[in-house]
Amino acid sequence: MATAMTETLTAAEPVDLLSKFDPIIQTRETLLAAGVEDPFNLVMEEVLSPTRAICNGRDTILLGTYNYMGMTFDPDVIEAGKRAMEDFGAGTTGSRVLNGTFRDHRDVEAALREFYDMDHAMVFSTGYQANLGIISTLAGKGDYIILDIDSHASIYDGCAMGKAEVVPFKHNDVEALEKRLKRIPEGAGKLVVLEGVYSMMGDVAPLKEMVRVSKENGAMVLVDEAHSMGFIGEHGRGVAEEQGVLDDVDFIIGTFSKSVGTVGGFCVSNHPKFEVLRLVCRPYVFTAALPPAVMASSATSIRKLMHGGNKRAHLWENSRTLHGGLKALGFQLGTDTPQSAIIAVIMPDLEKGAMMWEALLKEGLYVNLARPPATPAGMTLLRCSLCAEHTADQVQTILGMFERAGKAIGII
Amino acid sequence: MTPADVDASIRTLVEPFNKKGIAIEDATTFAGDFEFDSLTVMDFVAAIEDEFDIIISMNQQAEIENWGQLVAAVHKLQDS
Repeated sequence: MATAMTETLTAAEPVDLLSKFDPIIQTRETLLAAGVEDPFNLVMEEVLSPTRAICNGRDTILLGTYNYMGMTFDPDVIEAGKRAMEDFGAGTTGSRVLNGTFRDHRDVEAALREFYDMDHAMVFSTGYQANLGIISTLAGKGDYIILDIDSHASIYDGCAMGKAEVVPFKHNDVEALEKRLKRIPEGAGKLVVLEGVYSMMGDVAPLKEMVRVSKENGAMVLVDEAHSMGFIGEHGRGVAEEQGVLDDVDFIIGTFSKSVGTVGGFCVSNHPKFEVLRLVCRPYVFTAALPPAVMASSATSIRKLMHGGNKRAHLWENSRTLHGGLKALGFQLGTDTPQSAIIAVIMPDLEKGAMMWEALLKEGLYVNLARPPATPAGMTLLRCSLCAEHTADQVQTILGMFERAGKAIGII
Repeated sequence: MTPADVDASIRTLVEPFNKKGIAIEDATTFAGDFEFDSLTVMDFVAAIEDEFDIIISMNQQAEIENWGQLVAAVHKLQDS
């Protein structure tokens, strides 16, 4: 008996569950074998300001951090966090629905309600979890989610977790959205999921038309405004505000890890039954609440963003200068005009992209190297995100770096 | 429409995407034989959806690996 058992055990070939990632390991090894600095293993040894850090030992201008409004080093934001840490401790060690709601968790939700002028706000531990939680809780089995094909991974993951029927439509195509809405079975629940700014190319969605056709067809609408908060729209509420449709959007998703300069995610809404989500949304319930310092810093930052008119204007100036300058140098860009604080520079392929990324890093400039599956149409992108704290001189320095690196690599 | 009609109709629709001129049988797969990437899948699916005025959700797409399964699924969807 014992012998037979041993034989059975040794006969079974173990299956390495990681071998399905061999092609990725191979691609990465090939890239690094070419002598390129690893684009996905950068270390910031020191962070000097929202726009400067020591990266892999070099003094580097940061042009890929989503720190749009430069709030990470705002003295009031830092002071609020320090005080909260001293008064409330380092962490919450608990869920929001148990022991994890402190004074500042309530206060940051109040700050969001003030910022968006909405009735309800719910804070999650990250923006990823906000999408995951809200989408999976709203749309379950038998419901339909109609979404832009270029939606962020957190949106797709939220769809999969909720088990709704997922119907994608061509990027920013209002007609494709409308056709699909009309084909959905009578009586089914419908959630349309859109983004204000799409983070890979930095383009803006035609929300005015999309929200209109969604409402005409009886759908609820969720808009992720992660990349627009703080500087698009009259009050910085995002693309939906700018296009005059914020009142028709049922749920706005956002994040603290971009303009707010901390970490966390949120959903704001005027839906009268919104508060029930706190009890039924699993990624909200079954995780620890953010540390009090993060909450206090976030609340201070959000309230300061309400009065950030001058910084906003300078950020747009930076975006226009960089976009125009790169275009004039002959780079191929993701959008014809500057539509947001993201400017995507399209690379011919991954190899050239990685070489260009490294050349820029050696010049002292950090940008994001973005590649499939994060990017649409299999593109390799050097994605630049501007900050309101970049000086006009820094933007000129950046253009000089792009010119030298682009010529050296043979892209322009 | 009979399954044969659906098959004939989708054969016309796949032409612009079948750049390598793959011979189509029921067992022909979209990932392996046609080598469709995700963008091509989206355009091809959209063409079928518009032609038959149906929705093929991503959940349903995940179950469809080969030509025969696609024809059967579209035939069923356009009937309902």
